Amino acid sequence: MKTIILRTASTYLLPVLLLFSIFILLRGHYSPGGGFVGGLIASIAFVLHSFARGLDNTKDLLKIHPGFLMPVGLALAFLAGVTPVIFFDQPYMTGLWYPEHLPVLGSLGTALFFDLGVYLVVVGVTLTIIFTISESA
Amino acid sequence: MTQQLVLYPLLLQMFLSILLMFCWRKISWQRVISIVGSIINVGVSIWLFSYIWENGTQIVMAGNWKPPFGIIFVADTLSATLVLLTAISGLAVSSFSSASVVAARLKFGYFPIFHFLLLGLNGAFLTGDIFNLYVWFEIIIISSFVLITLGGEKAQLEGSVKYFTLNILASMIFLTAIAVLYGLTGSLNMADLALKVAAIENRGLVEITAILFLVAFGIKAAVFPLYFWLPDSYHTPPSAVAAIFGGLLTKVGVYALIRVFTLIFVGDHFIENIILIMAVLTLFSGGLGALVQNNLRKVFSYLIICHIGYMIAGLGLFTEVAIAGTIFYLIHDIIVKTNLFMVSGLIFRIRGTNSIRNLGGLYADFPKLSLLIAIPLFSLVGIPPLSGFWPKISLIIAGFESERWWVVAAIIFASLITLIVIAKVWASVVWKEKKELPVRLNFRYFDKLKTIRKAQMIAPMIFLSLVSLYIGFGAEHIQQVSSRVAGELIDNEQYIEAVLGKEQIIDHEE
Repeated sequence: MKTIILRTASTYLLPVLLLFSIFILLRGHYSPGGGFVGGLIASIAFVLHSFARGLDNTKDLLKIHPGFLMPVGLALAFLAGVTPVIFFDQPYMTGLWYPEHLPVLGSLGTALFFDLGVYLVVVGVTLTIIFTISESA
Repeated sequence: MTQQLVLYPLLLQMFLSILLMFCWRKISWQRVISIVGSIINVGVSIWLFSYIWENGTQIVMAGNWKPPFGIIFVADTLSATLVLLTAISGLAVSSFSSASVVAARLKFGYFPIFHFLLLGLNGAFLTGDIFNLYVWFEIIIISSFVLITLGGEKAQLEGSVKYFTLNILASMIFLTAIAVLYGLTGSLNMADLALKVAAIENRGLVEITAILFLVAFGIKAAVFPLYFWLPDSYHTPPSAVAAIFGGLLTKVGVYALIRVFTLIFVGDHFIENIILIMAVLTLFSGGLGALVQNNLRKVFSYLIICHIGYMIAGLGLFTEVAIAGTIFYLIHDIIVKTNLFMVSGLIFRIRGTNSIRNLGGLYADFPKLSLLIAIPLFSLVGIPPLSGFWPKISLIIAGFESERWWVVAAIIFASLITLIVIAKVWASVVWKEKKELPVRLNFRYFDKLKTIRKAQMIAPMIFLSLVSLYIGFGAEHIQQVSSRVAGELIDNEQYIEAVLGKEQIIDHEE
């Protein structure tokens, strides 16, 4: 798999795919997209990188074990859910929104953090599975 | 504070599992977090129960979306009781598993998954939305798949394949049933469904949907023709896992049956008769199965099936007395079955085997422990005044009142068989002379364990035995709870009103 074409392409594809995954994550509130699909695209970026450059290089690039992203993502999603319970005495998962309109993001609310949590969990799960399989293969 | 109280048990379990995931490699931390968290959970569940007891049914609308469109969580007395029982058995199993499950298994995330399982159980008991119920069922079975395969022994994998196949099948049927129901009514909220299903004119279609639900939950609850996965899989995982499975997983199926057939599909004599026939055959086949087994845990697995029959029978009789009996039996059974599987785990740790033929001499070696074991064993049989006795009275009275003698006969027959089985277990495990067993190398025998580990194994048994004794001797209180639950279930308008509010119900009638 380590052809020069793929190796060169992967250098450029990694940031582009990651950027695209964030775009998908952000547009997901009203249009098709969201944390799950975004997370899958981000993990595809890393999987492609590992095909071209080898698993060890990708691991170096990631710095942390992808499995660690699972509890982090879950905690983020959980906090997004319980914030209204703790601070505003609203039911679990009630959407809280920042009143001002922000550039790029649009409106900022707890739903975004929930989706970000999903994104991280999906990246963590997918990469853990794929790395484990390719290590044992 | 109390407004969101319904969700606290859920949120606490979710918080615990996330916290435990952060301590993935630190097993000694996980043990402490799990036990302390479970103690807090018992406190929260008692709080929820007492609040519901005083103030009646409470609801929380997730995301503040109004029913029937949003997902709601409803805590009536039945849900609050079951959440409390889950917390009690959860605490016991958490302590027991920190001592009895070997470190090689704990390393692969035993405790986080265990708390995800409890999260799923609490969610299933509290939700008021039928599709959300399906989602909680998925959380439960996915966690249970991990727990049942953790360790990867050959026998374990064989058991889990059977468990996996039939439970996935049940989920598929459940999902199909929900789809049909949604096609019929256009709603997923259980209270709303209760009103809409009652108004459907094509009763044949409603009956078919009801049968689909019956089959799906029947597989989960392990009733007569659909129980074969249970005795084949429950004896394979570590006994701590079997304890939570035996105590609670099949009971979720029973809970779902009770909920669906007292709220949505009510008053259909055809379905009631089918449930009764299933119950009677479950009582017979479970009892006879238990009689011929040699593995201690297989005996208990068949007894689970047998005793599911009592609860289903109460549901089939469908009078207030019968439902009260069912609820009482449910309360008693969760505690006793959890305890029994822990007992089998303890015996396994002491002797290194669970084969009844090879066991023996427990009383000679551990007289006090044997007396402790006697409490769950004889509570299960229902020797008065222990806990298994009282619900059977209600069930038999209800059987007499509705003049279904064959149901009464089956209930008495199953009690007799349980007595024989337990007497056999008692005689051969505790009284029979000790056999010399080959010493197993690399096996952590009970006497080799540290004192704290021993205490962690014995303490939950004492705790659950005390709860069992309370259920037996304080039967008046439990009977009060069960009658109140039965009253709420029979008169389901209260539930519907709590969920939808008065105006929407009037809209429906117009």
